[in-house]
Amino acid sequence: MCLAIPALVKSIDGDTAEVEIGGVLRRAGIVLTPEVKEGDYILLHTGYAISVIDKDDAIETLEVLNEIAGIK
Amino acid sequence: MKYVEEYRDTELGRNLIKRIASVSKRPARFMEFCGGHTVSIMKHGIRQLLPSNIEMLSGPGCPVCVTPVGDIDKAVFLAGKPGAIISTFGDMIRVPGSVSTLQKAKGEGADVRIVYSTQDALEIARQNPAKSVIFVGVGFETTAPTVAASVRQAFKEGLTNYYVLSLHKLTPPIIRALLTAQELDLDGIICPGHVSAVTGARPYEFIGNEYNISAVISGFEPLDILLAVEMLIRQVEEGRHMLENAYPRVVRYEGNRQALDIMNEVFEVSPSNWRGIGVVDQSGLRLRDKYGALDAEKAFDIERVDVRENPGCICGEILRGVKSPSDCRLFKNVCNPGNPVGPCMVSAEGSCSAHYLYGGENER
Ligand code: SF4
Repeated sequence: MCLAIPALVKSIDGDTAEVEIGGVLRRAGIVLTPEVKEGDYILLHTGYAISVIDKDDAIETLEVLNEIAGIK
Repeated sequence: MKYVEEYRDTELGRNLIKRIASVSKRPARFMEFCGGHTVSIMKHGIRQLLPSNIEMLSGPGCPVCVTPVGDIDKAVFLAGKPGAIISTFGDMIRVPGSVSTLQKAKGEGADVRIVYSTQDALEIARQNPAKSVIFVGVGFETTAPTVAASVRQAFKEGLTNYYVLSLHKLTPPIIRALLTAQELDLDGIICPGHVSAVTGARPYEFIGNEYNISAVISGFEPLDILLAVEMLIRQVEEGRHMLENAYPRVVRYEGNRQALDIMNEVFEVSPSNWRGIGVVDQSGLRLRDKYGALDAEKAFDIERVDVRENPGCICGEILRGVKSPSDCRLFKNVCNPGNPVGPCMVSAEGSCSAHYLYGGENER
């Protein structure tokens, strides 16, 4: 129910955006994330973006994972 | 970065498991709140990979599952109204009420439509001005803002045939209710990831501050969950109880202001009835008076029927974490995804469904 998937924002038109998920284009409501820009990844939930994914934080989490696993 | 595959790396996962095994000394019992977490944990066999001193319980984080029979009855009743079109998310239509399901009502001629988004429900309302389009709204704080957005949109457009039956539920109050009931003796909670994208981290801080229980907000990919478990174990080993965020790429401390504002503009907090748990104060959302004309509870005279639960189904106890699907006599033989007896088998993120699909041979 709270399922939400990352989607790449291709273009924005008012309150909606065209987003891409694994090569498939879809429309997403962006009233909940007005700050979103083209090229951002959003988290898509029941047709709406609910969060803009932060790239720096995403990378940092991967670094933490590697560190904990003793890889770095 | 695609934000998916990176967090599914098997090699990295194996090393994390090793690290977890080496730091984890004390016995600990954790609950994953979300049904989405349960599915990911079962699917990737995470329970079996964790050291034997770590016990994982599933929580009430499946909105379809926690919707009580009486509320399903309301939706079924509304489906029988002449001129009504019921729209809702897929899982809802198969959940048994006291006498019927939305699916059966559809078979008997009711107009019941599965939608992917409230935007689709609005579109149905625009296309069918002579009909009453009732959206049966289930879901936590992740979903409620999207439903609120549709209500605001309908209001703005002057759509007079769009209604919402709000069965929305809030997560912090139910976590508090579970902890207050003290049935579980938990050491840690894996807090909801996508709910927290909306609410932010703050509403979960009470878990550590007031109940001395460790808490970590987690994403849904297997490495996200392993990271959250590792962080919980470190807290337990070091005797700390605080809220940490293992999902910062999505969850900000203060949450999504815009989503919270829309939710708050359209809904007000109300008591809510949870399957297996009962009525919990301040744990639900109803439409504010301003939007009363769109409130299905007010617009239609909903007849109460005598609520009847299937006595063999222990879904309610499973949602509280006190039992697991294999404790149910009906699990796998009478109750299966093709013939679900209770909502925990209907919903894709219900515990019974996840255990049925991914539990393997160990599950009786
Ligand atoms: S297996 Fe079926 S009957 Fe048993 S608790 Fe789960 S949903 Fe209910």
